[in-house]
Amino acid sequence: MSGNMNLTLKIWRQKNGNVQGELVTYPVKNISPDMSFLEMFDVLNEQLISEGKEPIAFDHDCREGICGMCSMFINGRAHGPKEGVTTCQLHMRSFKDGDTIVVEPWRATAFPVVKDLVVDRSAFDRVIAAGGFISANTGNSQDANALPISKFNADTAFDAAACIGCGACVATCKNASAMLFVSAKVSQLALLPQGQPERYRRVQSMVAQMDSEGFGNCTNTGACEAECPKGISISNIARMNRDYFAAKICKEEEVN
Amino acid sequence: MSKLNSNIPEGNLSEKWTKYRSSVPLVNPANKRNLEVIVVGSGLAGAAAAATLAELGYKVKCFCFQDSPRRAHSIAAQGGINAAKNYQNDGDSTYRLFYDTIKGGDYRAREANVHRLAEVSTNIIDQAVAQGVPLAREYGGLLSNRSFGGTQVQRTFYAAGQTGQQLLLGAYSALERQVGMGTVQMFSRHEMLEVVVIDGKARGIIARDLISGKLERHFGHAVLLCSGGYGNVFYLSTNAMGSNVTAAWKAHKKGAFFGNPCFTQIHPTCIPVSGDHQSKLTLMSESLRNDGRIWVPKKKGDDRKPNDIPEEERDYYLERRYPAFGNLVPRDVASRAAKERCDAGYGVGASKMAVYLDFAFNMDRYGRVEANKRGLQNPDAATIRALGKDVVKEKYGNLFDMYQQITGENPYETPMRIYPAVHYTMGGLWVDYNLMTTVPGLYALGEANFSDHGANRLGASALMQGLADGYFVIPYTIGSYLSNEIRTKNISTEHEAFAEAEKEVQERLNKFLNIKGTKSVDYFHKRLGKIMWDKCGMARNEQGLKEAISEIRELKAEFWNDVRVLGALDEFNPELEKAGRVADFIELGELMCIDALNRNESCGGHFREEYQTEEGEANRDDEKYAYVAAWEYKGEEARFELHKEELKFEAIKIAQRSYK
Ligand SMILES: Cc1cc2nc3c(=O)[nH]c(=O)nc-3n(C[C@H](O)[C@H](O)[C@H](O)COP(=O)(O)OP(=O)(O)OC[C@H]3O[C@@H](n4cnc5c(N)ncnc54)[C@H](O)[C@@H]3O)c2cc1C
Ligand code: FES
Repeated sequence: MSGNMNLTLKIWRQKNGNVQGELVTYPVKNISPDMSFLEMFDVLNEQLISEGKEPIAFDHDCREGICGMCSMFINGRAHGPKEGVTTCQLHMRSFKDGDTIVVEPWRATAFPVVKDLVVDRSAFDRVIAAGGFISANTGNSQDANALPISKFNADTAFDAAACIGCGACVATCKNASAMLFVSAKVSQLALLPQGQPERYRRVQSMVAQMDSEGFGNCTNTGACEAECPKGISISNIARMNRDYFAAKICKEEEVN
Repeated sequence: MSKLNSNIPEGNLSEKWTKYRSSVPLVNPANKRNLEVIVVGSGLAGAAAAATLAELGYKVKCFCFQDSPRRAHSIAAQGGINAAKNYQNDGDSTYRLFYDTIKGGDYRAREANVHRLAEVSTNIIDQAVAQGVPLAREYGGLLSNRSFGGTQVQRTFYAAGQTGQQLLLGAYSALERQVGMGTVQMFSRHEMLEVVVIDGKARGIIARDLISGKLERHFGHAVLLCSGGYGNVFYLSTNAMGSNVTAAWKAHKKGAFFGNPCFTQIHPTCIPVSGDHQSKLTLMSESLRNDGRIWVPKKKGDDRKPNDIPEEERDYYLERRYPAFGNLVPRDVASRAAKERCDAGYGVGASKMAVYLDFAFNMDRYGRVEANKRGLQNPDAATIRALGKDVVKEKYGNLFDMYQQITGENPYETPMRIYPAVHYTMGGLWVDYNLMTTVPGLYALGEANFSDHGANRLGASALMQGLADGYFVIPYTIGSYLSNEIRTKNISTEHEAFAEAEKEVQERLNKFLNIKGTKSVDYFHKRLGKIMWDKCGMARNEQGLKEAISEIRELKAEFWNDVRVLGALDEFNPELEKAGRVADFIELGELMCIDALNRNESCGGHFREEYQTEEGEANRDDEKYAYVAAWEYKGEEARFELHKEELKFEAIKIAQRSYK
């Protein structure tokens, strides 16, 4: 079933991280409003292949808004015009026949371009490796119900843990700050009793790693929260800052 | 036949694992530091195994093709994870979980493995909570449970509709902790393309760095494949776009037998196909069947809106046919029942290939409970519905949003339309009790192996199995192999076996680029998918399977003559990656049809139209087919040879499966 939308796409093409890129214009025809944005890209890529041109590289995997792989900056907004969705969940019914759509990769020093719309987000993994965990080796645990946790804390921790690590917050922030991402993990673990023993060490090492990766500072514009496809709240940033300053001002033993 | 030794320990079923675990040879800490283990995959199975083995002291290298281990396909699991905790005091036990799994699998799984799975299930929940996984809780602060299909107890733990995400992030954080300590070396955006076998033992892999395009050689004293399932052989499935069989298929061609390849799970509740452009199908979690009732109109071709069809003109066909389990029958049963109604002309929606999943009844039920809690006297229908809607929203909000995103319809107002879709593969690499394949030193964990689920997997049991294999099984069982390897020095990757394997991979990649045909990789993938869905899907028969086999062979020839792969070897090239995966899917597709043709019975997800009861239920043949079909690859010419692992049921009386 093909549809009746005709669009003009301006897409960032860049062979690799060592060369300059540019926006290239491609017309696409007969797009159905029921297609997802990435399915529209599939159509375009089929068209390019049949013309003997290299298809556009873009990241995607689950195509249902949970893996955090897809990452397109569409008409100046991370994941496009609709709130609360990832690029893969965006459907063509959010656009009109005749529209021109500009698609670029995430832009941030800490996320260098790999090719076309694909960037390297491994900085996020390194931030987690620096402290985004609870040190509990396999087999060291007590019965799961031995430690009751209030529903409120469990739910709030879950809300923070819903982050998919896509990097839209970084791409959106004018300083390319990763505070929303980092604070979501810090908050999740700080809200839970299991996370207490390492609470202040964790926040310090994660923040140190974040800084060394070249992410910018947070100037509280709140743009990250507005563009986050999972609705991660900036109250997490406030929570992280409190823990961070508590850790810095007092010695570790005292804050614990 | 003689080639298969499942290595099941002696003794009483319920004591096998405990005894074995305490007698399996150990490797002392100093020796562990000299032993290297390669883990391919960072999903629940891979991340759990890599983290745990590193905690124990082994040197681990872990690979995934995504840009981060956190994005493995396990992240997408929605509904929940089973564990025999009996927190609800509703009569659950290790034995009951074991029994439900064997029965749910239609008596085609190995008793000893399944019992072990049920035993360790409880440890998984403890481990996840210790890591800070925010599983759903009640107001009292204790963990909450829900029901899944094929069981009559509430043993499913969950985190809203994002259970896989939360469990994977737990395992991922454990993995990253080891990465930070330098005990695991992580290789993201790397794809394993060959197993290296030296003197009959797996000794390493060839992987391609997907960014630079360079081939790399990696040595390991043992290799663990945790590479997930192969549902994408059908093109359309609920799996992520990148999910593939390549790792398992390479292993198969290097000597690892493939177990029960035709056992595929078709999940009953997915969003129906809307057009040719469709690239994947989206699951609506089984947990929705706790509160959603499935129906079609009683009248054929009834075009009225669902809300205009009065109660007495609706056919709640699952409740009608299976009163004991109702909407919570296992997946294979629910899927076939939906297909039966649609084929008979009662389907709904534009395509008529859908049934309704309706929440109105339970929204009202919850609404009345809430009204009572708040002391509201005689609340009106709208108030009740609004209160009930909030309850449903809390339970399944993200799934309802997802549905609305995709279909443009509001499922709080009108029932969902759903249809079965390919979801999971019970088949996979054959493994023994230690999870070792028929190649010594080569292991398979998680969805990549065939064990535990027989011919049909129960909901919420894949997460359980992946984590059981990774956290609690392999760390012990690998000792029985590695304890004999402590004198094996690292083999240089200059060894000729590495050079040869790399050369093979290189030639194959060159070949893709040099065909310079006219059709894209997706074109072939779609065609393969259609053959598989039509002839090796929800219903199969002899004639169709024979046709499918010859069509797949033709497709293979055409692919190798006419595929067009652009770009170069030494760069990031997603089309080249896809080409390799689809080439492997084509070969696997043929083996699946051969296996389905061999199995002259219906069991679980394998429904042969020739073998059904008068009421249309699966007709199993225990006399002839109570075995695992393990296929050996014999080269391009001789193709595949069948080996049988007879299944012995000692603890359970094998019986016809009934959910009536
Ligand atoms: C939409 C959906 C919902 C589900 N919901 C549930 C549920 O609620 N409960 C439940 O129990 N189960 C559920 N399942 C099933 C369950 O999620 C999977 O069976 C399970 O997560 C598989 O885990 P795994 O670790 O075996 O593999 P995966 O998570 O698929 O991981 C595979 C890993 O292997 C890597 N890999 C693969 N090939 C290569 C290669 N050649 N080279 C390098 N790396 C490679 C990948 O990068 C990835 O890291 C669901 C499945 C789907 C599709
Ligand atoms: S592709 Fe997974 S979130 Fe978009």
